[in-house]
Amino acid sequence: MNRFPIWKYLVIAVVLIVSTIYTLPNFFGETPAVQISSTRQSATVDTALMARVETVLQQQGIKPAGLFLDGNSLKVRFNDPDTQIKARDIIQQALGDTYIIALNLLAASPEWLSKLHANPMFLGLDLRGGVHFLLEVDMQAAVDKTMERYAGDIRRELKTAKIRYGAIKRTGNTALEVQLRDQETLNAAADKLARSLPSLTFSSDDQLFRLSLALKPEEITRIQSDAVSQNITTLHNRVNELGVAEPVIQQAGPSRIVVQLPGVQDTAKAKDILGRTATLQVRMVEDDPSRVAEAMAGNVPVGYELLDEASPQGIQKILLKKDVELTGDNINSAQPGFDQNGGASVDIGLDSTGAEIFRSLTAENIGKRMAMVLVEKNKSEVVTAPVIRSEIGGGRVQISGSMNPAEANDVALLLRAGSLAAPMNIIEERTIGPSLGKENIEKGFSATLWGFAAIAVFMVLYYRVFGLISVASLGVNLFMLIALLSMLQATLTLPGIAAIALTLGMAIDANVLINERIREELRNGVPPQSAIQAGYAHAWATILDSNVTTLIAGIALLVFGSGPVRGFAVVHCLGILTSMFSAVLVSRGIVNLWYGRRRRLTAVSIGQVWKPETK
Amino acid sequence: MEFFRIKRDIPFMSYGKLTTAISLVTFILAVFFLATKGLNLSVEFTGGTVMEVQYQQAANLADIRHRVETLKVGEVQVQSLGTSRDVLIRLPNKEGTSSAKLSELVMGLLKAGDAGVQLRKVEFVGPSVGEELVTHGLTAILLVCLGIVIYLALRFEWRLAVSAIIANMHDVVIIIGCFALFQWEFSLTVLAGVLAVLGYSVNESVVVFDRIRENFRKPGMRGRSTAEVIDNAITSTISRTMITHGSTETVVLAMLVFGGPALHGFAMALTIGIVFGIYSSVLVASPLALALGVKREHMIKIVKPKEEAVV
Repeated sequence: MNRFPIWKYLVIAVVLIVSTIYTLPNFFGETPAVQISSTRQSATVDTALMARVETVLQQQGIKPAGLFLDGNSLKVRFNDPDTQIKARDIIQQALGDTYIIALNLLAASPEWLSKLHANPMFLGLDLRGGVHFLLEVDMQAAVDKTMERYAGDIRRELKTAKIRYGAIKRTGNTALEVQLRDQETLNAAADKLARSLPSLTFSSDDQLFRLSLALKPEEITRIQSDAVSQNITTLHNRVNELGVAEPVIQQAGPSRIVVQLPGVQDTAKAKDILGRTATLQVRMVEDDPSRVAEAMAGNVPVGYELLDEASPQGIQKILLKKDVELTGDNINSAQPGFDQNGGASVDIGLDSTGAEIFRSLTAENIGKRMAMVLVEKNKSEVVTAPVIRSEIGGGRVQISGSMNPAEANDVALLLRAGSLAAPMNIIEERTIGPSLGKENIEKGFSATLWGFAAIAVFMVLYYRVFGLISVASLGVNLFMLIALLSMLQATLTLPGIAAIALTLGMAIDANVLINERIREELRNGVPPQSAIQAGYAHAWATILDSNVTTLIAGIALLVFGSGPVRGFAVVHCLGILTSMFSAVLVSRGIVNLWYGRRRRLTAVSIGQVWKPETK
Repeated sequence: MEFFRIKRDIPFMSYGKLTTAISLVTFILAVFFLATKGLNLSVEFTGGTVMEVQYQQAANLADIRHRVETLKVGEVQVQSLGTSRDVLIRLPNKEGTSSAKLSELVMGLLKAGDAGVQLRKVEFVGPSVGEELVTHGLTAILLVCLGIVIYLALRFEWRLAVSAIIANMHDVVIIIGCFALFQWEFSLTVLAGVLAVLGYSVNESVVVFDRIRENFRKPGMRGRSTAEVIDNAITSTISRTMITHGSTETVVLAMLVFGGPALHGFAMALTIGIVFGIYSSVLVASPLALALGVKREHMIKIVKPKEEAVV
């Protein structure tokens, strides 16, 4: 009578197999590796690079334990950390600055597991060590910057339209006011500006001849989300320089950015790099052959500077004037695009001041080359150095020429990333040393182990075979939970480990409920097979109710928790789900296999069933 | 082996007055300590900087305090953490200098005294974050309560739902009261523990309520008073209650013993929570339900015939 249809056994078997496969990678440990990646689309990570790295290493007598391409990065395994560090230096020298080379630890699980995307659990910073920052973007500054730009745009537009105007005042956080002379100029100005500045709303005061302009609400949202996303891009570029293997840079809430740098110990350097200001400069190129030759010979003329230009052919020297004509502060936008001939280009939008400077600069220097220089940490690099073909006004600049779309994308990114859209403040910082991380893992693990062991011993002593079955299903629960966490690659933190332990302690509740119910039925004189049936049936409703209430608490934690609370909640919620499956279905499956087929079952091993004499 | 050999139903309900009195006293004491001593909130809530450093030899706390005080950031706490080599330094936020640079300055000062000092952990939290956590924490507690009440009211009956949640809140207040009394640090992880208790100890009430409903349906229970029905329900589930809570408590104690300082507060909150959870769900929730006047008709009328789920 206690038999499962075949499909139920199949479901259990499939779940067991899948859980085992996905739990396995966690047992293999990690090997040291070097990870090579690139942020520039022009510097691709492909099999050619793989071959190059391999030959370079072979020349130095280092034999990697394995090389493989994984998405956009090349990973090279080594047998020990010493070779890893030596190899990193060799690769760094060979490839130069175009690639990001970072030390990493890779799962040592066999290849067939990695092919199934079976990876070990993703450990949080508190377990592997590293730095966590929470940065808040100063939204007011972003809005201020935009308002200043609009004021400049209005000035320029009215000037070109030859409309006379008085003062332009900022009347509120997102509003401007223009004073005009009379009704006629007011109408003309309103008409002109409405056409050229569609992202503003207009209202005019006919008595005082004032034109009020305000940002549309959707425009404000756009400014803010742009500020955050541009800052994230900038942070990505800066973090890449730190050589962090798996940085996490994410938006957290409308105005916040989380930066997590696993393995980074030098917080001072990290803060320095995250918080620094990079600037973009526009400078003129000196192409006079005699001067260039002189500079190349090591004798740079006064007022000139020899800089590196990163081009597809490698790094080239280029001679620049020291005078800075324009800085990145005047750049509003930079997007990759296409010119009229279909070639790749970078489209730059300048603000009004920038546009004016740029117009006169280009007018005076037709036929010459101008360089865009990115200055970061006293290191200058020429991003691009195009030839000026004609005078460029209106603040719309298109750089095109010897570029492919990938390079155009890189240049646009560099130009954008040069500066932050708005300043940021660190509002939360957490640093965990690597030794503390290791200790946390060990402690969490031993707490779980001892807890599990204690429960297992008690259950077997108290409920005998049924206790054994309960422990088995608890073990399955643990496997399923770890497999699920590995599959989802949810971040496991120390509170997460606590949640695993707690889940085990709470999951046994379901089995105790079932076992007690069965005992009770037996006590009332019900034959064993029916007692098992009735025990599971009665217990199910209770198990469901109690798990739903626990789940309600878990979900609330998930929604409102942050940091450690969320880490706990994720595992807790998953654990409740897996425990319901294992406690009810898996344990019943084993019971059915064990007892279900016996026709004349006279007794089950569920420990002593005591009956009051006065029954 | 069978621990619980109970011949007759234990008349739990007749102790109602006594248990309510005990609960009331502990509750009032907890509120009293909360009000007078207040919670020792962690840096996550208050904002500020906490650093953990490790020395090669036993650390000279007075010297460290002296060095850190030269920064003039306000009240500085320096205390040893478990061993004499591990030191915890707590610095408040200060207007203007609340930048994350503070930890670097401190490390510079400490390194000048003893080059062997090692930074183990830094936590810096700005003031705005803390306020948010408090509101989020309170919202979470409120929503958990609401969610549980609604679920239990739908599944059982509002009187049971209300008494279960009151019993639970009583646990939560007592846990927090303990943290106030002993001035243990109340961190986000502890809050997670408290909320877990909220979900967990409702379990217990659910199990008992389930039994009460079942008993009301049993023909053999007809003619018995509500108090007797509840007594029977508690008595027949007491074995399960003790065993499951025992198991969970074992795991939590393992965490308390082996989990190290990082899990200590969490495990402590759960340890207290589970002990009071057993007590309150049996001896607080049920008498409350009785006092609210729960009757057979409430349970049978509202709830549809229970589906026997065959697994």
